[in-house]
Amino acid sequence: MSNALHRDVAIIGGGLVGSSAALALRRMDFSVVLLDKGFCGAQASGVNYGGVRRQGRPAEQIALSQRAHAIWPRLKGLIGIDGEFVRSGHLKLARTEAEMASLEAYAGRVADLGLDLELIGGNQLRGRFPWIAGDVMGASLCAGDGHANPRLVSAAFADAARRAGVDVLEQTRVSHVEKALEGFCLSAGSNTEIKARFVINSAGAWAGPFAEAFGEPVPLHAIYPSMIVTEPLDVFMSVNIGAEGGGIYARQVERGNCIVGGMRGEPLAEPDFSRPTGSGAVTIMNRAAALFPALRHAYAIRSWSGTEGEMADRNPVIGFSRTTPNLIHAFGFSGAGFQIAPGVGEVLAELVRDGESRTPIQAFAIDRFARTTQDSRADNGPEPKKREAAQ
Amino acid sequence: MSDATRPLIVGAGPAGIRAAQILVSSGIRPAVIDEAPSGGGQIYRQRLVADERSAKDLYGSEAAKATALHGTFAGIRDRIDYYPETLVWNLRDKAADAVTGHRTRRIPFSHLILATGATDRVLPFPGWTLPGVFTLGGSQIALKSQGCAIGEEVVFLGSGPLLYLVAWQYVKAGANVAAVLDTSQFSAKLHLLRGLFAQPSVVLRGFRYAAELMARGVAVRFGVQPVRIDGATRVEGVVWRERDVEHRLACDAIGYGFSLRSETQLADLAGCRFVFDARDRAWRPERDGAGRTTMPGVYIAGDGAGIAGADAAELAGERAGLALLEDVGLSVDHVRIGVLERKLASISKFRDVLEAAFPFPQAWANGISDDVTLCRCEEIAIGAVRDAVRDQGVFELNRLKALTRVGMGRCQGRMCGNAAVEVLAAACGQSPDAVGRLRAQPPIKPIPLGVMAEEETA
Amino acid sequence: MALLKRLARHELPVVSFTLNGEACSGRVGDTVLTAILTQSDRLRPSDFSGAPRAGFCQMGACQDCWVLTGDGGRIRACSTALEPGMRLQTMMEPRS
Repeated sequence: MSNALHRDVAIIGGGLVGSSAALALRRMDFSVVLLDKGFCGAQASGVNYGGVRRQGRPAEQIALSQRAHAIWPRLKGLIGIDGEFVRSGHLKLARTEAEMASLEAYAGRVADLGLDLELIGGNQLRGRFPWIAGDVMGASLCAGDGHANPRLVSAAFADAARRAGVDVLEQTRVSHVEKALEGFCLSAGSNTEIKARFVINSAGAWAGPFAEAFGEPVPLHAIYPSMIVTEPLDVFMSVNIGAEGGGIYARQVERGNCIVGGMRGEPLAEPDFSRPTGSGAVTIMNRAAALFPALRHAYAIRSWSGTEGEMADRNPVIGFSRTTPNLIHAFGFSGAGFQIAPGVGEVLAELVRDGESRTPIQAFAIDRFARTTQDSRADNGPEPKKREAAQ
Repeated sequence: MSDATRPLIVGAGPAGIRAAQILVSSGIRPAVIDEAPSGGGQIYRQRLVADERSAKDLYGSEAAKATALHGTFAGIRDRIDYYPETLVWNLRDKAADAVTGHRTRRIPFSHLILATGATDRVLPFPGWTLPGVFTLGGSQIALKSQGCAIGEEVVFLGSGPLLYLVAWQYVKAGANVAAVLDTSQFSAKLHLLRGLFAQPSVVLRGFRYAAELMARGVAVRFGVQPVRIDGATRVEGVVWRERDVEHRLACDAIGYGFSLRSETQLADLAGCRFVFDARDRAWRPERDGAGRTTMPGVYIAGDGAGIAGADAAELAGERAGLALLEDVGLSVDHVRIGVLERKLASISKFRDVLEAAFPFPQAWANGISDDVTLCRCEEIAIGAVRDAVRDQGVFELNRLKALTRVGMGRCQGRMCGNAAVEVLAAACGQSPDAVGRLRAQPPIKPIPLGVMAEEETA
Repeated sequence: MALLKRLARHELPVVSFTLNGEACSGRVGDTVLTAILTQSDRLRPSDFSGAPRAGFCQMGACQDCWVLTGDGGRIRACSTALEPGMRLQTMMEPRS
């Protein structure tokens, strides 16, 4: 028996972007089907670090990030749980003079964008955060940032969408999508045929083939940020920790576990799943034990690693297709999608309803790569600045 | 064979030692990694230092086997690279990450023989986390390795041959055993008569244990439904039902378990395909009769490959070692292989009999109440599983873990995993094979953050 | 009050250690778990409810018997041999 659906919007990929878009669209009274090849939020959206962080994002992402920032404290009303979101602050450490200078330069660049960054010198840092050891030159604190539990948040957005009336089809892989006279035809799972006026490609690390099918190849590759979790410990880590130049990030949850990341895992034979490497795990554990004396005797009890899509320039693709009307892309968040995803969901809903968003997203247009290739041929310009690793 | 044949054996119990012996006898030098300070596994575990007790005191009817196995291991000690008190916490790309104390090293291998054994299969009951409640295997280790009883008045509870063996060992050692509470029916024991042909000595020994326990005045009850373990801060008594009548017995210790569960994390990390074993009610690595898994060069033997007991583990270890020799092109004794495979087949048939005689308490999953702790690490209650099924449509074990934390704690689901499968399957109206299995992730047991990495041993 | 009852190994040499600051003695060949539970009936409070725990599997699987050493280190009591002079602590208070 085949299953035929006719919906306003079909969303490919039930990560946090797809799920929040589904919820936002449903609240605008669109009919929506949300498709995931596995479980919603089971990949990068559900197994990322859990940083809810504006600090460190490039200036072009801040407006979107601020929009998301307003959503996080309202999760309980929106999706039924607070997702363990805490506004702990995000403290980005500088270990060298050059890194401190880089933090200062960043603070200057985003000074008018509302992040309220506070630069902290080494002596003051030791006084205010005595649980951080080692040669730290200083730090930048974004008091309004925080962290949350990705396992719970991503699944809860999909649950909320389902409760709001979205058809959430899990274990339903989209095998084919094509433009029809009016809208799109999709084949999914073993026997589901969908007609939809709009398609949103929010398939994360799996989004590339869908974009390519509409003549829009993108420089997207999979990355596998991996995390180590400690046994539950007395709570000492009062802020979400990052580091200029990357290498380590860490947070502690109310139950006492510390979550530490900074290295990449590798895919398994079944490439939907990945695992930290042994040497990577040891590197991260050692860095954490050196930076936080309270972890010197602690044990690592588990790890996780999720599959995430990274773009060549580390900015996501968000916006309308340049080849196909009513096709919208939103993928390639490059290890930094968790915080902005709920805001992206709202933006995508606006694109469907209004054909445009009140939040600027021009910088994330899918055709920027074609343009960049031409530009760089002409200008031979510098490499894009390397940004903070996945968090 | 080339010099590049550098097998790694994980586990120095009956399977691992016999595998090592076979390889050594063909001139191969395997590495043997074991968590214990000395060889023997859990069943033939050795004391940390010798004491006044004889091998017969420690191992009873199995003393000769234990002594022979320990002797074999001592005999090959200088022809293997032995890493005691060492945990393989990760496996990847023909190398094992192994931690000894606070040092971790990467040990490359050409072939891998997993002989990781088993631990008790336990089910939660009210009071099961109280001090004074131990597993049956743990109760046995306290006695064998440490010369201690788990309490002054001990009750043994559960199902499986180990129930009677441990109770009998306690009585022989002079402990007070207040009762043996068997959750299976007495009538189920009639199945053992079928086993008389296959393994007469084993069956007769089992009957002798039960008879001697009764002769010494130990209450042996069948068809027991555990209700709760009483106590404020430690065990004070046990309450159970028999044919709808509730009974209570004062005691200060409980040893309990329901047969065993395989340790399979390393097989998972090694990439082996798993199959559902209906007899064990659990997923186990797929293997052929020789112990070859679906991963080339990876073999598995002993209880880690499905529960079959110590005798089978010795045979399977030898068989896996022979399979490795065959696979690197060495000549092997095919007559011996035939003998091993026939004996293993016979033991496997006998396992069917034992399973019928000591069946898993299938009614447990629907009967256990919501407020009982399921995951003792994360302290998650049974009801959380049923809520996740009802409210979030969960029907798969890893999803359950992600949403409820069941199996997420220090033990990585070793203690709660089987029970979580049963409750999840029952709540979904499914059979246990339909809800999946927990994916393993390194480290498979806790390791220190300050662990120091050593240079690769070339 | 003790949880475990010694039935054998009485004659082995005594090993001195401290438990929560008090002088105690075990026997050569004891695990830390045996040494503690032959004098006490708990090893630690559970992580979240603070309920008393005293080990369970005794074979390094359940991870329920972690105790502290004098220098802040952690050891799994069932798989660690008792050594003379050990300063053991059983984490009396639930975590803050």
